Amino acid sequence: MRIRMPYKLTKKNILEAMSKGKRLDGRGLLEHRPIEVRFGVSKNAESSVIVKWGKTEVACGIKMGLQEPYTGHESEGTMTTSVELLPLSSPNFEYGQPSIEAVEIARVIDRGIRESRFIDFEKLCIKEGEKVWSIYIDIATINDDGNLIDAGALAAVLALRTARFPVLDEETGKIDYGNFTDKALPLVNENMPLTTTCYKIGNHIFIDPAREEEDVADARLTIEIFKPESQKVEMITAMQKGGEMPLSIEEAEKMVSEATKMFKKLNILVEEELDKAKKDTKKKKKE
Amino acid sequence: MTKDEKSLYTKRSDGRAFDSIREISAKVGVVPNADGSAIFAQGDTIAIASVYGPKTHHPKNQQNPEKGVIRVHYGMLSFSVTERIKPGVSRRSQEINQVTEWALSNVVMLEELPGTVIDVHINILQANAGTRCAGINAAAMALAHAGIPMKEMVSAVAIGKMDKTIVSDVTKEEEDMEEGEGATDIPMAFLSHSEKITLLQLDGRIQVDRFGEALEAGKKACKKIFEIQKKALKEAE
Repeated sequence: MRIRMPYKLTKKNILEAMSKGKRLDGRGLLEHRPIEVRFGVSKNAESSVIVKWGKTEVACGIKMGLQEPYTGHESEGTMTTSVELLPLSSPNFEYGQPSIEAVEIARVIDRGIRESRFIDFEKLCIKEGEKVWSIYIDIATINDDGNLIDAGALAAVLALRTARFPVLDEETGKIDYGNFTDKALPLVNENMPLTTTCYKIGNHIFIDPAREEEDVADARLTIEIFKPESQKVEMITAMQKGGEMPLSIEEAEKMVSEATKMFKKLNILVEEELDKAKKDTKKKKKE
Repeated sequence: MTKDEKSLYTKRSDGRAFDSIREISAKVGVVPNADGSAIFAQGDTIAIASVYGPKTHHPKNQQNPEKGVIRVHYGMLSFSVTERIKPGVSRRSQEINQVTEWALSNVVMLEELPGTVIDVHINILQANAGTRCAGINAAAMALAHAGIPMKEMVSAVAIGKMDKTIVSDVTKEEEDMEEGEGATDIPMAFLSHSEKITLLQLDGRIQVDRFGEALEAGKKACKKIFEIQKKALKEAE
């Protein structure tokens, strides 16, 4: 049976290591764990991906549906983001109504994608006032070792970038489930948001917490960034401060600057992974 | 099948022999947080299982002072199927939890673990028929991987009858067949050594004198599955 280290002892150890510029696993404070990406978890999804971020592992799938547009948005498609913290992935997760933790992660990820205008919702309209496409972004945890927000947000973006429309039966007006077109989603790639959450413990600022670090952190700030071509610098599109401990102006600015650095790294990673995936599909098609 | 009865199902849609199972890949240790875990892919059906426990059973009034309890939680990821399913418990998943508990409990030496509970979580990543069987296969491996004392292994397969032909390890396409006598689905689980049955369900229609044939096909398929489970567990040692 697993024994969790007492909270105070963990916090003391983490603080001690951090004052020497180190983490319990040997990383520097602003160093992230290795990120691995695997596409095609479920053939039945419009797209699916697993992101392994250190020992944290999340799966994200895109499914699409049809619905009536919302009032006031007659010519816009819709999007729903859900996060399931599967009890399979951690002894701390339970069945039942989604926990506030799951709801918050889903809402923060949703906001970054929505506010950056990464998705062109107008192009998801089939018939104004009557029928539009809905996009479901579903994220499920496979193993939890902290930083689920950033891992989930990355998985969501990668899944959106690789999704294709299902076939729409012209006669019945219904989706021909299980059959896909080659048509990608209407995305504005320069608006692609990438998410970094910075944490504070004592006077230290760090990114990519392992579970035990996240549990004892005093505060966090999630920062969702994109870089449109028309702008000289990156833009912030969504934020969320978490935890009770206040942040100083300097700390908040430092966090934004770290998130901007991380944005650049993640941007390169995303494009590389998408390139690899494209080559793989070409290869498969040839075979 | 008697000679004068010809079956309309003469060739499987994926080209397999009637008694052959889909390609399997299996691996343990896929969920580091868990005490035991496994992924089991059978063709396009992929199940992942993790085990937490044995641990003290709370609340206390649910404890059994004589033996431990296995709790199974089966769920399909919303994007594992072609038409999105809402996350959460359904009547179907509740029934699968129950029959999976029955399929697994007898081989675990629960009498040595009084007052405890073992949580078994099964999630389907990708579905193409036979998800409860793949779930049982993954769960049995995860239990063994957790080091929980077991008398023998459990292996499961869905045997089908397509019109008049008995086939092993049914696919979704086969499940949906309607010609002739249509499709009959018979998921079953066998124990590795005593060769006894711990899961048996059937929906469709089958002649009583063909039932034995279906069981034999299941026993044979489960033997192959057991070898793969055993190999994956040995590789992890």
